[in-house]
Amino acid sequence: MSESENSAHRPAGAEYDVQREVEELQSKSATAARIFDLRRIIGGLFVVYGVIITITGITDSQKAIDKAQGVNINLWTGIGMLILGAFFLVWLKLRPTTTAEEPESE
Amino acid sequence: MHTPTHAPAYLAAELRLPTNGLDYAILAIYFAVVLGIGFAARRSVKTSLDFFLSGRSLPAWITGLAFISANLAATEILGMAANSAQYGAYTVHWYWIGAIPAMVFLGLVMMPFYYGSKVRSVPEFLLLRFDKGAHLLSSILFAFAAILIAGVNLYALAIVVEALLGWPQWVAIVVAGFFVLAYITLGGLSSAIYNEVLQFFVILAALIPIVVLSLKKVGGWDGLTDKLTAAHGHDFTTAWGGTGIGHANPLGANWLTIVLGLGFVLSFGYWTTNFAEVQRALSAKNLSAAQRTPLIAAFPKIFIVFLVMIPGLAAAVLVPEIGTSASGLQYNDAIPYLMQELLPNGVLGIAVTGLLAAFMAGMAANVSSFNTVFTTDIWARYVVKDREDGYYVRFGRLITAIGVLASIGTAFLASSFSNIMSYLQTLFSFFNVPMFVVFIIGMFWKRASMRSGFWGLLAGTVAAMVNYFVLYKNGIVDIPSDQGANFVSAIAGFVAGAVVMVAVSLFTKPKPEQELQGLVYGTRSPGAAEPPAPGDEAWYRRPALLGWGAVVLAAVCYIPFSI
Repeated sequence: MSESENSAHRPAGAEYDVQREVEELQSKSATAARIFDLRRIIGGLFVVYGVIITITGITDSQKAIDKAQGVNINLWTGIGMLILGAFFLVWLKLRPTTTAEEPESE
Repeated sequence: MHTPTHAPAYLAAELRLPTNGLDYAILAIYFAVVLGIGFAARRSVKTSLDFFLSGRSLPAWITGLAFISANLAATEILGMAANSAQYGAYTVHWYWIGAIPAMVFLGLVMMPFYYGSKVRSVPEFLLLRFDKGAHLLSSILFAFAAILIAGVNLYALAIVVEALLGWPQWVAIVVAGFFVLAYITLGGLSSAIYNEVLQFFVILAALIPIVVLSLKKVGGWDGLTDKLTAAHGHDFTTAWGGTGIGHANPLGANWLTIVLGLGFVLSFGYWTTNFAEVQRALSAKNLSAAQRTPLIAAFPKIFIVFLVMIPGLAAAVLVPEIGTSASGLQYNDAIPYLMQELLPNGVLGIAVTGLLAAFMAGMAANVSSFNTVFTTDIWARYVVKDREDGYYVRFGRLITAIGVLASIGTAFLASSFSNIMSYLQTLFSFFNVPMFVVFIIGMFWKRASMRSGFWGLLAGTVAAMVNYFVLYKNGIVDIPSDQGANFVSAIAGFVAGAVVMVAVSLFTKPKPEQELQGLVYGTRSPGAAEPPAPGDEAWYRRPALLGWGAVVLAAVCYIPFSI
C-alpha cells in the first residue's frame, strides 16, 4: 500500500497492530482484480424480467387489467424494468471497469 | 433493527395469492441469479480480507445501495406499512429524523476514524480505543444478536411464505437458509453485498406498482388524506399533530421523546454502531467512498418511506377494521393484502420475488457480519491466534455454515416460543444504545480511560433494560405504549452509560496519548492519509455537500406534513 512505510512510525507500545496487518492483507487481496462487474448482472436480469413482463402486459386479458384498476400495470412495469436494465448495460459500455480482469492463476 | 418491527405473529389464511407458473418462473430466475453471483464471486476470495471485507475495494454506489438494502429487510417493509396503517403519517419520523441525521453523522464525522484506523469491525475499534473487556463484551453480544435477528427474519419469511404461497413453514426456512448459506460461504461479503444491491432494485420494482395502484384505488393522494381525516381525525395524516407534551396520541410519545429517543439515541445507536450496516462502508475502496456510503444511502432512504407508508395508509382506508378481529386482517397484512387485491400475474411474481429477496437479504446481512466478528474478533483474537491467513478463510466459511444452522434453529424456536423471541429482540435493541454512548465519548474525549468503555457499555445496557422490563413493564413509571417506552428506555441507557463512563474515567488511568492517534477527534493516524483517487474531487462527490444536502432535503420533506 502506498503509505505502508509510515507504519514504522507507529509507536512501539501499540499493542495491536491492526493497521499493518490489514495493509498487508490488502496488498494480497484479489477482490479488486477479480470481482466481476455487478452492472452486467443487474442489467441482464432487468432486461430479462422487462421482456417477460412487457410481453405479459401486451397479452394480458381484460380481467387482469380490471384487477389493476384499469391500468395495464404489467406493460408499464415491464417497460420500466427494461429501461433500468438498459441503463446499467449502457453505463457498463460507456464506462467499463478500469482494472483489467486477470486470468485465474491458481 | 431500530425499527419497531417484530415477527408477525400470523398472517390471515385468506391471503393466499393467485400465483401461476409465470410468477414461479420469475422467482426461479431470481434464485438462479443469486446462486450464480455466489459462484462468480468465489474466485475473488483469496485472503481473509476478501472474504470478510471484500478486500476494501468496492465502489461507493455499490456499498451505498448495499447499506440501504441491509436495512430494507422484509420485516422493515411489512412492519413500517403496519406502523402506517396503525399510527398514520408518524411513520415518517423513522426515516427523516430517525435515520438521515445519523447516517450523515456516520459519513461525515465517524467514518474517518472507522475507515482510517483500518479496523475490520466495530468491536475491533473498541479494542484499539479501550481494552479487551469492552472488545469481548461487544463482540459476544453482537454475535448473539446477529444470529437471533437472522433467525427472526427466517421465521417471519416462513410465516409470510406459508400465507401467500402455501408452502409449509419448515420448507421455507430450509430453502431460504440453504440459499443464504450457499452464496455467503462461496463468495463471502462480496456476494452478500452484490445480492443486496440486486435486491434493492427488485424491491423497488415490487413496491412501486403497489403504491401506484393503491393510490389509484383510493382516489389519489387527496382522496387518501380526505378519507383518513374523516375516519381518524386530522392528526393521522400529519407528522407532529398531537405530539405536544401532555397530549395523548396513539404513538404514546411526545415531540421530545421522538427527537431525543428516536432521532438521537436509538437512531444514532443503530446507524453508527451496528456492524451489519457499518461493515458495508468498511468494504469501500477508499476513505472518500467509505464516507459516501451512508450518504448515498440517505437519498433513497428519504423517499422509501412513501413506498411503505402509502400502502399502509391505503390499507387503512380500504379495510377500515384492519388490526381488529372484525376484519381478520392484521396490520402486518397491509402489503400482502394489496398484492392479492391489485396485482395481476407477472407483476405479482415480481412482488413475491421482491419480498423473498428482502427477507433473505435481511438474514444475509446479519450472517455476513456475524461471521466476520466471530472469526476476526473472537476466534483469531482469543482462541486460535496467529495461524496462516488461509486458515481464517476456511474457518470463516465453517462459521458461516454454523451461523446459518443456528439461525435455522432460532427460527424453529421462534415458531414455538414467539413471545420469548419478541422479548429477546427488545432486549438486544437496547444494546446499540450504550454502544453509541461509548463510541461518542471515546471518539471525542481523550481522557476517557481504557476501563471506562467496558463499564459504560455494561451500565448503559443494564439501565435501558431495567427501565423497560422492570419500571415500564411493572407499571412503576407510566408510559402509554411500548413504542414510547422504547424511546424513554433508550434515553435512560444513554444517560446511565455516559455518567458511568465519566465517573470511571476520573478514577482510572487514561490510554497513553500516542496509542490514541487516529482514534480520537483532533488526532491523526500516521499512514491513514491517502491521496484522493482521481475523480473524487468532483463537486457531486464531496461528502459535505452530499451530507448536508440530505439533511436539508429531509427537513423540506417535513414541511407538507407539518401544516
